[in-house]
Amino acid sequence: MELKRTVKFEADRDPEFARWISHTVGGERIRHCLQCGLCSGSCPLSLYMDYTPRRLMHLSREGFKEEVLGSTSIWLCTACYACMVECPKNINITHLMYALKQRAITEHFYPKRFPIPVMARQFGLMVRGAGRITESRLIVRVFLRTAFWRLLGMSALGMKLFRTGRMPLLREKIERRKEMATLLDSVTATKRELAL
Amino acid sequence: MKFAYYPGCSLRGTGRAYEESLLAVFRALDIELEELDDWNCCGATTYMSVDELTSYALAGRNLALAERKRQDIVAPCAACYLVLNKTQHYMEDYPEIKLTVTRALAAIGLTYDNHVRVRHPLDILLNDVGLKAIAAKVKRPLKGLKVAPYYGCQIVRPYSTFDDQRNPTSMDRLLEACGAKMVHYSLKTRCCGGSQKGTLPEIGLDLIHYLLSEAHKYGAEAIATVCPLCQFNLESFQKESGDRHHPISIPVVYFSQLLALALGAPANKIGLQRSLVPIGSVLAEKEIAYA
Amino acid sequence: MRDLHGWPDPGPIRIGVYVCHCGANIAGTVDVRAISEYAASLPGVAVSRDYKYMCSDPGQALIKDDIASHDLNRVVVASCSPLLHELTFRRALNAAGINPFFLQMVNIREHVSWVHLDKRAATEKTQALIRAAVRRVSLHKPLQKRRVPINPNVLVVGGGIAGIHAALTLADAGKQVHLVEREPTIGGHMAMFDKTFPTLDCAACILTPKMTAVGSHPNIALRTYSEVVQVDGYIGNYKVKIKRKPRYIIDELCLGCQECIAACVYKEGKAPDEFNLGLSKRKPVYLPFPQAVPQKVVIDPETCIEFKSGKCKKTCIEACGERKAIDFKQKETFEEIEVGAIILATGFKTFAPVRNPNCGYGRYQNVYTSLEVERLINASGPTSGEVVLRDGKRPHSVGIIHCVGSRDANTNRWCSKVCCMYSLKLAHLVKERTGAEVFNFYIDMRTPGKGYEEFYDRLLDEGVHFVRGRVAEVSDWAVHPSEEGKLVIRAEDTLAGFVRRIPVDMVILSVGLEPQADAQDVRRLFNISCSSEGWFLERHPKLAPVSTFTEGVFIAGACQGPKDIPESVAQAGAAAAEALALIDAQFVEMEPYTASVLEEECSGCKSCIPLCPYQAIAFLEDKKKASVNEVLCKGCGTCVAGCPSGSIQQNFFEDEEIFAEIEGVLSYA
Repeated sequence: MELKRTVKFEADRDPEFARWISHTVGGERIRHCLQCGLCSGSCPLSLYMDYTPRRLMHLSREGFKEEVLGSTSIWLCTACYACMVECPKNINITHLMYALKQRAITEHFYPKRFPIPVMARQFGLMVRGAGRITESRLIVRVFLRTAFWRLLGMSALGMKLFRTGRMPLLREKIERRKEMATLLDSVTATKRELAL
Repeated sequence: MKFAYYPGCSLRGTGRAYEESLLAVFRALDIELEELDDWNCCGATTYMSVDELTSYALAGRNLALAERKRQDIVAPCAACYLVLNKTQHYMEDYPEIKLTVTRALAAIGLTYDNHVRVRHPLDILLNDVGLKAIAAKVKRPLKGLKVAPYYGCQIVRPYSTFDDQRNPTSMDRLLEACGAKMVHYSLKTRCCGGSQKGTLPEIGLDLIHYLLSEAHKYGAEAIATVCPLCQFNLESFQKESGDRHHPISIPVVYFSQLLALALGAPANKIGLQRSLVPIGSVLAEKEIAYA
Repeated sequence: MRDLHGWPDPGPIRIGVYVCHCGANIAGTVDVRAISEYAASLPGVAVSRDYKYMCSDPGQALIKDDIASHDLNRVVVASCSPLLHELTFRRALNAAGINPFFLQMVNIREHVSWVHLDKRAATEKTQALIRAAVRRVSLHKPLQKRRVPINPNVLVVGGGIAGIHAALTLADAGKQVHLVEREPTIGGHMAMFDKTFPTLDCAACILTPKMTAVGSHPNIALRTYSEVVQVDGYIGNYKVKIKRKPRYIIDELCLGCQECIAACVYKEGKAPDEFNLGLSKRKPVYLPFPQAVPQKVVIDPETCIEFKSGKCKKTCIEACGERKAIDFKQKETFEEIEVGAIILATGFKTFAPVRNPNCGYGRYQNVYTSLEVERLINASGPTSGEVVLRDGKRPHSVGIIHCVGSRDANTNRWCSKVCCMYSLKLAHLVKERTGAEVFNFYIDMRTPGKGYEEFYDRLLDEGVHFVRGRVAEVSDWAVHPSEEGKLVIRAEDTLAGFVRRIPVDMVILSVGLEPQADAQDVRRLFNISCSSEGWFLERHPKLAPVSTFTEGVFIAGACQGPKDIPESVAQAGAAAAEALALIDAQFVEMEPYTASVLEEECSGCKSCIPLCPYQAIAFLEDKKKASVNEVLCKGCGTCVAGCPSGSIQQNFFEDEEIFAEIEGVLSYA
């Protein structure tokens, strides 16, 4: 019989994390959360999450960073906004999920070969370089870096899409491609300046 | 009526039929579209997970390009529609976001002063053209074709500028005006899983299956969608979902395809041949000819 | 130091200036000590002090003592809004032997310390206001309050439990009460309930004796099926116009035998029965419910054939026979009454759950509101007390959803206070009647009243499932085979930590309470205010819950905010007591802020007469001059401003007094 000791001491809290979530864009009203559970009730993904959205909100505002960034919840969220529309306190839950995703990616808090941050990075690189996404190329890039064997399983579907003209192989790009890098670099510079 | 047309990356790829049919619909209704010059990817939901400020800057470039011509944008792709709207809202509500985006745009010689409206085709069809005008132009009535309208998330939440958030009816009313019979089921705004099918397949399949089986249960002969990812999800994995749950085969089309069909567009402009679950036999049964 | 320009010689005027700290309320922002010193430097100021709480006994004593010892003849008090303590300080002046209107209040709390953050600027503003007051007060005249007699009759609007209790209390005290109720019978919402929490008393059993008492009390003039349409006058002297809607029944002749209903050409009811919330049908001639007071039937012109076509057999008249109580030609009538006080007890309405689409009301037929279920449970309701589904079958499982339309930024932010208790009550009654499995979905269990927590305890023992989680949706979508054909409630069981899907046969929505739909119209009629949420506004949330800012108009019951029956009755008693306090004083003292015409200057142009909202100005034909009736004048100042030759002046607001204030503010270098 394996026993686990789960008491939490104040030292286990991360006050910076708690402060960050209340002050980040979308976190203004997190302290108003009554823990009613409507978000979890509306979320179509909550049944798969280790911490439901409601629990995640409370854990975040209390500063339990490890639990929050290590949860499956933030990766399961599809940003369908069902929670936000229903929330009786108008808390911007979807946006907080995005913020937690961003922070988890920045701090490398995810399992190896996890497809979502890989997808996000490849997406970003493609946009920076070409200004637009070519779906087929993106999928290939992501699968190659995560579970390349699944590409084989997808090949039948890929063929069908190709045959129906829905999988162009030519790279989609904009004319003034250099603007992308300028645009993105400006954002990075402003972020650093404003310490955002 | 003239709009800046913002297709988004998907409409050149998996969503090609959406673009084809939508352009046909707008042509039939004399609405002029000018593709937004050198538009870039809006970032969709993916970029928001990486870096939200960049996401707003990406969307901001498109808004600025449209503002240069003082045109409103029509964005058919649900994700693009949401991201563009969200960028506008957040720029107004958060000074630091406005500052960041304004600077980034200035770095590439653009400005944006919130003079552009971002609209969805359903909005334009319903509110600018009107049901009466559309019904008058129907050449191939849909003869009671049982259609399950699937709105998905992003055009109704969180910025439902033209329809009710929890019980939208814009697509219903448009397709009814074309002679279709709408199937009422309770999941029309429930998330299809988005990109989760790619990253967490079992979960993606479950979500897709719920939608397919409920539409099927209420007798739908086709599902009409507004989003390229929803359309892709619902039509591409019917066999896989069938293996895991129980088999269902039901054509999934864009609402604009049904509209283009009804308005008499030529067959090669409706994109029905691009479907992975063909609708041909259903249409034949209903004696809706479109060759 | 600022120079004072053009300040007149104060002469014999000796002013005392008192600056209140109001604890830290004023002193936290305004430098009260500096102000007091500054005031001392102004011409005419003989004494200047600052003190922590001027309104307290020692504070007032300061003023009185100074008046005596320093020979003061004018007083300036810089403190809170005059609405709060002008009267207090006027009384102090009176007690010290000088005319109470030789006081000028300066509001440095609501107008300065509560609205400004910059301390230096706030203090400077206060200095300007003090100068204004000091200059003005020298010009004050010795005014006298007027005494006006009070009409001892009372109007009570609304015949629910609050209105009934207020009316009975006043009537027992010997006052003539006019009770006006918009429905054909009194009883309000309480008449619709089956049992009341926490005692599970039968609502009708405790209510109907009070209703009958109202109907037979010699001091209560009951006007049902009536509405107030106009209110004129002021405290102690209200003139109210009441519209009586036609019942098409002659009240004095109808015995309530109901033969007409039985004889009606409609064999069955076809119109939705309002009292049963549309769950059953009624005929065009009907009695709202068996214990209606008055026991008189009503004919509804919208559904009666005689009104629509004029060609009905009128079997009702035949059945009425010699009593001849039916009169299809009856018209609405108007009545004017005079009262001294008014009590508004107009109650609430329930939240319409169609505004919350996720709960499935209107979409799925077996989703009911709590009020509808009260009617089902009630023995004289549409199903004779059987709790059944629309198809007549008993439910095996029932879900009760708390907080529908309450505690929600998307609908109503407030907590409706009574729903947790009535949800527990319904859980108990439903379980008792049907043996079904009952699930209550709540966020917090709010049971603060006497015996309420004990009632919750009792429920806990009865095997009801309590799931703490706000319900996200009610849907017919089945995922699990056990859910087929049922209504599935999806919510997170927050205490357990996972999402649950619970299939039930019947869903009961615990709808919240809202202000009546016409609350804004009613409040304008009676010249009171509503809070931002739409409830009638009390004078003070803690210390004056039943009086309003309009003197002589009181509020009681749920129209002031959501509350249960004990509180409604308590407030009704309180309102009745305050009305009695007003009436038994026999006189009301009116402020002397009336306008008067300076005859020598009046040109007789008559511009002022149509301007007066109270019709208080008459034209004296013999002198060809206008004249203001002091008793009717409310001191609004419209005629004063409107007179083209400036020949109307208003007490306490004379031109030179106002100019003195302005000059006071501006008089620095």
